[in-house]
Order: sequence, then C-alpha cells, then structure tokens
Amino acid sequence: MKFDRRQFMRKATGALAISSLPGVLSSAGIAAEEPIRVGNILDQTGGLNIYSLKQMKAVAMAVDEINAGGGLLGRPLELFFYDSQSNNQFNSQYATQALLRDKVQVIHGGITSSSREVMRPIVQKFGGLLFYNSLYEGGVCDRRHVCPGMVPAQQLEALIPYVMNELGGKKGYILAADYNYGHITSKWMQKIIRDNGGEDLAVEFFPLDVTNFAPVIARIQEAKPDVVWSALVGGAHIGFYRQFEAAIGKGNMILASSTYGVGREQMELSPQEGDGILIATSFVDSLNTQAAKDFVARFKEYSGEDEYVGEYGEYGYRGTMIWAEAVKKAGDAAPDAVIDALATGEVSFDGAGGLYSVDGKTNHTTMDIHIVKGDANQSFEVIKSFAQQPPKDTQLVCDLHANPNDTTQYEVEIQ
Amino acid sequence: MQTVLIYAYQIVFAFSIFILISLGLAVIFGMMRVINLAQGEFIMLGAYGCTVITNAGSPLWLSIILAGLIVGAIGVVAERTVIRFLYGRVLDTLLATWGLSLLIVGIVTTVFGPQTESVPQHLGKVTIGDFAIATYSLVMIVIALALLAGTYALWRYTKIGLIVRGTMQNPAMARALGTNTERVYMFTFGFGAMLTGLAGAILVPMFGASPTMGIFYVAKAFITVISGGHLPLLGTMSAAGLYGAIDGLVSYTTVSVLGEIAVLVVAIVLLRLLPQGITGGLRRGL
Repeated sequence: MKFDRRQFMRKATGALAISSLPGVLSSAGIAAEEPIRVGNILDQTGGLNIYSLKQMKAVAMAVDEINAGGGLLGRPLELFFYDSQSNNQFNSQYATQALLRDKVQVIHGGITSSSREVMRPIVQKFGGLLFYNSLYEGGVCDRRHVCPGMVPAQQLEALIPYVMNELGGKKGYILAADYNYGHITSKWMQKIIRDNGGEDLAVEFFPLDVTNFAPVIARIQEAKPDVVWSALVGGAHIGFYRQFEAAIGKGNMILASSTYGVGREQMELSPQEGDGILIATSFVDSLNTQAAKDFVARFKEYSGEDEYVGEYGEYGYRGTMIWAEAVKKAGDAAPDAVIDALATGEVSFDGAGGLYSVDGKTNHTTMDIHIVKGDANQSFEVIKSFAQQPPKDTQLVCDLHANPNDTTQYEVEIQ
Repeated sequence: MQTVLIYAYQIVFAFSIFILISLGLAVIFGMMRVINLAQGEFIMLGAYGCTVITNAGSPLWLSIILAGLIVGAIGVVAERTVIRFLYGRVLDTLLATWGLSLLIVGIVTTVFGPQTESVPQHLGKVTIGDFAIATYSLVMIVIALALLAGTYALWRYTKIGLIVRGTMQNPAMARALGTNTERVYMFTFGFGAMLTGLAGAILVPMFGASPTMGIFYVAKAFITVISGGHLPLLGTMSAAGLYGAIDGLVSYTTVSVLGEIAVLVVAIVLLRLLPQGITGGLRRGL
C-alpha cells in the first residue's frame, strides 16, 4: 500500500511503524519530542478487507494532519499498523503485541464484531483503550471500548420505519452473516419490524464464504416479501446483490441493508446492480455539506486514489480525531486518563458527517443519520436526514458511571 | 410442475458449480495424480483474466474463452518450471503448489489490489410461474455440461485422448512406443489449468473475483475429485451429481449452511464406506 508523504521507519515483525516525514515534524516543531504511539489493527488482506482499505489510510491521514498541526500535547504521533488478515486469531495476537511490545496508548481497529470481542478482553487485561471504528449490533458496555460508529437504534430505527411506512415494505425477509453481528442485528431487525406492525417472514444466516445464493433467491420468491433486509458481510456476500438483481430485481422487490455501501460494495457492482438499494448511514461522499466535500477532497489528495471513500473510511478519521480530542481534554495520552475524559460526556468532534459527541455513560456516539439510496452513478442519493441521533439502545442497558467495571455486551430480547 | 422445475434447477445448478470447480482438478489430480494446491488460484486467475479482458472492451463470451486460454498457458509455464521436476513426489508437489498458490495470490494482490472485482452480465431473467431465475445461471449450466461432455469426448474418442490416457497409465510403455511423454504431461496439465481458468471466468459475473477467492473453492474441488475415486471423469461427474443434489435440495428446503454441512457429512460417510471413492469398484472407464 502507498502512504504518500510518509516514510516507512521500521518494519518490525507483524507491525509497520510509520511516522510522518521528518519535514512535517520539524516544521511543526515537535521532531525532538517523544512520540505518542497509536496502534491500528485492520484487515489489509482477505475477504473482509473491503471495509479496511480506506479506513487504514484515513487513520494515517488523521495522524499526519495532527502531526502537521503541532501534534498532541506538543508530542508527535507515531502509527503502528498491523494487518489482521481477515482472521480473528491475528486480532488477538496483534492486540497483545501492540499493548505489550509496542506500548501503544490506543488501539484503533477491529472490523467484525467477532474481531472486537477477541480484542476486548486483551485490552481489558492490559489496561489499554480500544476505538472500534465500525458500525455494529450495539450493547457493548465497557469503559475501555469506544464506538464512533452507528448502532441499531440509530441506523435501523431510522431505516426500517421509513421502508415500512413510506414505501409499504411491511413484510420482510432477513438475510444475515453467520456470526455475532448478523445474529444480533437480525434480532434488532425482527424487533423493529414487529414494533412497527410488520411481519418478518424468515431469517437466514450465511457463513462468510457463501457465494451461491440461488437457493435463497428461490425461497424469497416463494415467500413473496415486500422487502429483503440484508445484513450480509464481506467480499463473498457481494455476490448476493448481483444474483438478486439478475433473478428478482429491485424493480419488483425492495432491497434494504444495514451493511451495504460501507464496504464500498456499489463500486464493485454494476450501476444497475447497485441502483435503488436503501441504507441508513452517518456518512456517504455525496452528503451535501462543506465538511463532507472537504474531507473527500483531502482524502483523495492524501491517498492519491480518485474514487469513492465511504463510511468506513470516514470512521477511521472520525475515531482518530475523537480520540485526539479526548487526549487534549485529558491533558495526557495514557489510556486511563483518556477514559476519564471520555466519561465526562464532553468529548466531541465536528467532522465530515456533522457533530460527533461521545456519550459519557456508554462510550457510544451521537451523530446525524441519513437515509440514502444507491443511484445509477455508483453513488448515493440522500433522501431523508435525522439530526443528532443518540445511541438509545445501548443507553437503555448501559451506565458506565454507575458500573465502571461492567464489560458485558447486552443483547436485544425479542418475544 | 413449477415446484419440480425449481427443485430441478437448484440441483442442476449446484451440480454445474461442482463440475465447473472440479473438472480441471479431475484432469490434474484425477488423471495426473498431481496434488495441485494452486487449483483455487487458477480459478481466481480465470476470474481476473475475464474481468480485465472485459473491462478492456471485449464481449463477455470472448473474455471467458481468452481467460481460459491464458490460464492454460500459465499452467504450461507452471508445469515446465515447477511441476515436471516433481512427478511422483507427493509431499514435494504439495509444498511446491502451495508455494505457487501463495505466489499467485501475492502477484495478483500487488497488481490489481486486494479489493473485489467483477463484470456485469446483461442476459436478463427467465420466469417459471412465480419464480424468476437469472438466464446467466442457465448459461452456466449449459457451459458446465458442455465442458464435461467435451472433455469426456476428447479423452475417449480422439487419438490425443488415447495417447494421454496411455501415458498416464504406463509412461514407460508409452515412451517405448515413441510417445513424447514430457509433452503429453505438459499438454495435459495445461489443459487442466485451462478448464480451471474457464470455470473462474464463467463464475465471475455471479460470484465476483478477489485475490483470496481460491480458498472458497479448492476444498470443494478436492472433496469432489477424491470422492469420485480413480476414474477421473466418471467419478467427478457422479460425485458432483451426488453433492450437487444434496446441496441443491438441502440448501433450498432448509438454509444454505445446512446444505454445506450435509455435503461434508455425506462426503465423510461416503469415504468411510467406500475408501476408494464412488468408482473404486469399477475396473474400466474414464
């Protein structure tokens, strides 16, 4: 991969230590200071890398921008990148290595919920701090874990009522990836569909290596739902969107998703395969704000790639900047000091998708949510926006002020 | 009637996927006894070849053929540079082809990047009562059957086929009769690689291409060919038929996960009861 304007300083086993160019550090006057070490564990390779490729560069860009602006607390940041290769085993190995050997002050990363659950106990054990820059099924109540991304109360409670009430999608057929994210998210989908007076006809789970969706496409046609809800994950599952369009077609059935687009799936499908898929998101490149346009332009210049950036890219930048704000507030980069600063509930960052503020009781983030629809230009058209949505589902079950030692992931119950 | 057709479609479609991914291996492993762990990567190369050629402006059918030929050529190069030194050395072949597979994944990742790629197809759909199925999946079925029939006819009814079969059965005798067995090995390996590359190219509009996609297919291909037993084509065909029927039926009536589990359970039971594979008891055939 290419890190423009960066230098590879050192290639230790497993980790790639990267610091900004000496020129950047010296013109910012921080070259001589002891760097603050930042870890980033993402899947550069393997079937899940569709979520990581932009995010890893966005984290690097955030680190570079912070360094160019004088660093944090007068010290430069040094980034350690680890490729977890779409394999949870490497998440556990590299999280341990980052905390013990490389002594990072924060780990950004983890894409799947399973990779996060592998890393959380390690971060807990060694007293670190994990920024999980991803959308997920919600409910993690852990002061050493911060989620800058969307949870179901923000994403699905915007999208599902819209599809049901304004598009008439009352009867839903749910397809989800076969691991904790898909299982818990599908329960949220069922709950929200039922709460709104709709019907969930079936829920099906698919291991991440399934590529042939012909059987389920026939079953969907047999069940005749109004809408298919997809919580499918990873490179192999992209085939579903192709096969759905080739057999059923979005002209005949609504297709809505909690995961589509965040892996830049629309870039890998043909325009008509992506046209018309509905999602709820906190960031797409086509948001009509100056902040979004500036971010996209800066990212393209930084990465040298003139293509769609998307939500997971922005999450990397967002997470790093929120962490930096917390460090500034704490006046210290040590994990426990940053955690105390986050607990005040006063850490926020005005980013590419609007204001992101961390809720001190849950370490989850309040943000703007938009319902968007895939268009024929491999981009998304914004249909409806909801300002400053709090992470309600997690707030209902989690209070880190009252129970600072809680590390549970609370799951949704459906009747 | 409609239900029967849908069941038939599910079974035949699953069968043709098994045939596509394992036919090349039936030649390379079934006939030549080369344990080619880079088989999944040959599929991946076919998929990428098809994507690149289509993006350069070629029609899809031409890209599929060209991609198959290119992978066949790559197979010949692999045979000349690596495989030919290792005939009969099972463990060494295993390591060498595994290395080859890592090398191919590395090269493709470096050249094309690690993201997923694909090509669109515009064949539309066919309606059976309340059901619509992608026309392209019917094309996949036809091509799979044609490749199977073509390979069978080539080996069974042509002089080339006779020479290849003779060479695989008794290379010393074939040499004594004036056959250049080196070239036969090279041709056969290249032919197997071409079939594998064609499969990847045919799959790409539905399933996509990524550098690490080989692992989705390589295990299934080996299970099919090994369950087939010592008659490479007949065995692979019957194993693909069995697994296709199970996968199609179970995946359609229950869920896809159970379909995959059922295939593996049947494979284990089958190899326990028939350790020589389905065709283990047959003495003659192909």
